[in-house]
Amino acid sequence: MDITRKKEGFLYEITKNKILYLMFLPVGLYFLVLAYLPMPGIVIAFKEYTYSGGIFGSEWNGMENFRYFFESGKLGLVTSNTIIYNLVFLTASTVVSVLVAVMIAEMAGKYFKKMAQTFMFLPYFVSWVTVSAFFYNIFNFDYGTLNTLLKSLGAEPVDIYSNPTIWMFLLPLFYVWKGIGFSSVLYLSAIMGIDQESYESAKIDGATIFQRIWYITLPMLKPTVIILVLLGLSRIMRGEFDMFYQLIGDNGLLADKTDIIDTLVFRSLIFSNDFGMSSAAGLYQSVLSFILIYSVNWAVKKWNSDYALY
Amino acid sequence: MLLSGSFESEESILRHGYSLIPRTFDLAAYKFIFNQPEKVLHSYGVTLFITVVGTILSLYFSSMAAYVLARKDVKYRNAMAFYLFFTTLFSAGLVPYFMLIANYLQLKNTITILLLSGMFNVFHILILRTYIANSVPDSISESAKIDGANDFSIFMKIILPLLKPALASIGLFVALGYWNDWYTATLFITDEKLFPLQYTLYKILSSSNFAKQLLAGNGAVSTIELPQQTVKLALTAVATGPIVLAYPFVQKYFVSGLTVGSVKG
Repeated sequence: MDITRKKEGFLYEITKNKILYLMFLPVGLYFLVLAYLPMPGIVIAFKEYTYSGGIFGSEWNGMENFRYFFESGKLGLVTSNTIIYNLVFLTASTVVSVLVAVMIAEMAGKYFKKMAQTFMFLPYFVSWVTVSAFFYNIFNFDYGTLNTLLKSLGAEPVDIYSNPTIWMFLLPLFYVWKGIGFSSVLYLSAIMGIDQESYESAKIDGATIFQRIWYITLPMLKPTVIILVLLGLSRIMRGEFDMFYQLIGDNGLLADKTDIIDTLVFRSLIFSNDFGMSSAAGLYQSVLSFILIYSVNWAVKKWNSDYALY
Repeated sequence: MLLSGSFESEESILRHGYSLIPRTFDLAAYKFIFNQPEKVLHSYGVTLFITVVGTILSLYFSSMAAYVLARKDVKYRNAMAFYLFFTTLFSAGLVPYFMLIANYLQLKNTITILLLSGMFNVFHILILRTYIANSVPDSISESAKIDGANDFSIFMKIILPLLKPALASIGLFVALGYWNDWYTATLFITDEKLFPLQYTLYKILSSSNFAKQLLAGNGAVSTIELPQQTVKLALTAVATGPIVLAYPFVQKYFVSGLTVGSVKG
């Protein structure tokens, strides 16, 4: 009797598995310091930050930072940009990667299949810094490839870097291009998991390749699609900072159409040292995405608890 | 899709065609970089160091933690998993993080922060945990324990070797992250000696005067027109080359790694 009670105790558990707990310690400490320790720092969103005062010595100013964020008109702008871009990214990349996965799965030559996948995966390996270099070389106004070509054809050169509207199409294009290898693999592995017998019997019944895709592959992919889309939805408040920042940088001409929360926070921290506003914006983003993840998970749980995140 | 497929060959076309400079000039750009190699070589060294050391440390401690989380006799394993997972749900945001690193931990301009910032990823740990739980039977640990091995040596001698496939693919993700990291340097590094490759590249791309600086710094007086644009491209190629070259060899691990992760990651 005594022993069983002892077994439930905290200290007993710790001493019994002390080596195991010690093995967890490095990772535990890492997250304690780099993820949990900054959390009290959230209070600076409600403070008038001064360098001498630091986080805790500075004066409180209530909701002042949020009011500023709101009244500067940035709030609505970056929120809608963030959400719209991410929705477009999500839709475009889901559609394209399902298409690509189906195509690759139906391809006949094994060698060709591998080649196609290799080429699609390549952009994933390249950093956005490099991509932006290529991008600049193609679209640069003075001597970019595109404009050199246009000029030699006698057409007017286009200045992409001062034309916000074009970016609304270019950004999703680049997003899909860079991530396609990664996201199509997930669908491809789902397709590989489909029972081959159903294809064979469909073939015997005389179904064409399109009928097979439409009536077998796509319905079987549906659960995967739904899960990946839901996961994508939960990340909607966090933009693709790397991409936006490297492709656009601090180009003021484009800010209205391309500023997202992440770039706003980053810029006001690094360039204008506006701790108050950027931490207010950061907190706003964290809270919104927390709510989003929570509700998405709730929805997934309702739909099929196997797929819930936690 | 063919667009991305052709990108590789397009890249070299671009390099020659873009500024309408004869091909021989291209070599000049490379010569230019490697004549004054301090900056580039230095950042190469930094990047190589953080990639190798960071990946090894990350894999070692991640898998150790993952093993603990996978052991069913650890009573608080779910609490610990949630402790990790919570950090992906809610974060303090960039500003408090920045201030902690810069003002309180004094890690600005140290190689430590370059190593630390990307070291652990909760999802990698959870993927490893799933992998261990699915492919390493509990009885292995148990029988080793009966034979008198302690938990740490069980992990080192038995579990770690069994994890090789999972470690290979996760390691690739981690290494890729380190290699392509410019963001940490943007935030915390102002000392040129610690610039990683991608950040050097970024700096150079965003300042077109780089070539002149480089030359001026060496005391040489330049009257010739410098191949600024081609230097940028040559540098891009230098920074990207290793990844692209290594890519065909590691691709199969990468794909299998993704598949490991997708099984209820």
